[in-house]
Amino acid sequence: MIEDPRTKLLRHIFIYAILSVGALVMVVPLLWTVSTSLKTRDKITIRRLELIPDPVAWENYPYLFEARPIMQYARNTMIIVVASLFGAWVPCTLAGYAFARIPFPGRNVFFGILLATMMLPYVVRLIPLFLFFDEIGWTRTFGPLILPRLLGHNAFYIFLYRQFFRGIPDDIHDSARIDGCSEFGVWWRIFMPMSRPVLAAVSIFAFSFAWNDFLNPLIYLGSNKELWTLALGLNALQGFEGDDNSLNLIMVFSMLMIIPMLVVFYFGQKHLISGVTAQGSLKG
Amino acid sequence: MKLRLQEWWFRNRSLIGFVFIFPWFAGFIIFDAMPFIYNLYLSFTDYQIGTVGVPPWIGLENYSEIFNEDKLFSKSMYNTLYYLGYSVPLRLIFAFFIALILNLRVRGMELYRTLFYVPSVVPLVAATVIFAGFLNTRYGFLNQFLVLIGAAPVRWLSSPDAIKPSLILLSLWGFGAQMIIFLAGLQGIPEDLYEAAAIDGGTGWQRLVYITVPLMTPTIFFNLLMGLIGGFQVFEQVFILIGTHGGPLQAGLVYMLHVYNKAFRDFEFGYAAALSVILFLIIFVLTILLVYTSNRWVFYGDAQDNET
Repeated sequence: MIEDPRTKLLRHIFIYAILSVGALVMVVPLLWTVSTSLKTRDKITIRRLELIPDPVAWENYPYLFEARPIMQYARNTMIIVVASLFGAWVPCTLAGYAFARIPFPGRNVFFGILLATMMLPYVVRLIPLFLFFDEIGWTRTFGPLILPRLLGHNAFYIFLYRQFFRGIPDDIHDSARIDGCSEFGVWWRIFMPMSRPVLAAVSIFAFSFAWNDFLNPLIYLGSNKELWTLALGLNALQGFEGDDNSLNLIMVFSMLMIIPMLVVFYFGQKHLISGVTAQGSLKG
Repeated sequence: MKLRLQEWWFRNRSLIGFVFIFPWFAGFIIFDAMPFIYNLYLSFTDYQIGTVGVPPWIGLENYSEIFNEDKLFSKSMYNTLYYLGYSVPLRLIFAFFIALILNLRVRGMELYRTLFYVPSVVPLVAATVIFAGFLNTRYGFLNQFLVLIGAAPVRWLSSPDAIKPSLILLSLWGFGAQMIIFLAGLQGIPEDLYEAAAIDGGTGWQRLVYITVPLMTPTIFFNLLMGLIGGFQVFEQVFILIGTHGGPLQAGLVYMLHVYNKAFRDFEFGYAAALSVILFLIIFVLTILLVYTSNRWVFYGDAQDNET
């Protein structure tokens, strides 16, 4: 079908106009964030639109590290991130492997339970869990945030692994078993190395959920400033001392939370879609 | 001998299966099953701060108080439904529309895709804090821009009428995540379907209505369901943006905020548990209804009869 060149041109102008206006609207809050993070204190309270900071206050960035225990927040956040990654890599892949590859009795029932828990909203578990952790004296510690993650308590990750592992041809699994490789060996030597895309995708999820978590740190660590995460620190800067005079520092802090996410997504983006949707990619 | 070996091997194999799922299963018991059951039990008790020993059983009293006396129950439910009613469909429409355009594979598409997607990578806490500044009455970008073009500034976060629209704006800013899912779905539609339609003289609009939309219904269904489940539990945006009281006239008091206040500010755990059970039942019934009715409009490739 040959399109009239004028119609084609008009169509292209229309497409680019919509995309450009839309993209601009989406990006403006971020540009404003960068700009505000680089403004001096007296510039942020000017009631006029000024997108280019003048002078450029680079010193806001090092200043925030002095004014707030940023490194401590970052360390606390990383503890949760590491626990989350461990859970995503070891217990979740083992469970995904068992659901995909090992025919144990009752497997379908267990898998049904797994799917059901994906539909279970957090709100119906929130209060008993808090009371439970309070009972064993774990509030104001990392325990409630770390233990579920170390156990790989995430049905969604297990489900993704299972889907991916099912796509790996039977012969690979069978021949390794015949050669005397244990299930553990097959999982570690064959399936794990073949599963880079889905591992990368799940790692991105695990990182970003741990990095972004707010409700759990709020409930368990809110009253223990020593253990505050970046999310809690940012909320406190905005909430309690959030007079309009510290708008620039709030935006510096926001940038500090955004940049690592951008880096993770930049390096992981090509796996994100393929790891999640390519359940049969290895079948070829 | 051979049989016994096989038998042993099979049992061993099964055993290994249980070992492999054990961490997950232990987590399921501790963090899903027991809390879920205990929460149900709590909702029939008057468990408060200072309650020692077994919490007193009060039957349906919490529930009757919620339905008959708790003005904030209906208020927060209304606010949540209002938020959902706008944010879920609008996000779906934007995400689908932009994904359609990006799927035309014009030059520079990857740059645009990134620009639309980047806001949904921003951590929710940061996005919320950014919006708090962005919508600031005096020093925020939006009002300064409105003044610049000669419009009247709005008290986005402090006037009861503007709070919910502000929350909806914030949720729309993150439509990129759904857009990416739509885009992946669109790219999975076989090209020959479109070619066949073109040969038969199908217009662009016909191709959209008779090929693209039907083939995308599973993705639309997924995004709709996830949007609704997430929307009912909207919490931290509101908590950070307008605080636990829900702002002036409590126009921003969403359901989860009410649960949070009852549990962690008033320490009325039994009452809060009852509130959470009600939210669970709503989400549960809605999910069942959606899944049940999905047979009528969600098109799965292997079930040809459902096409119309």
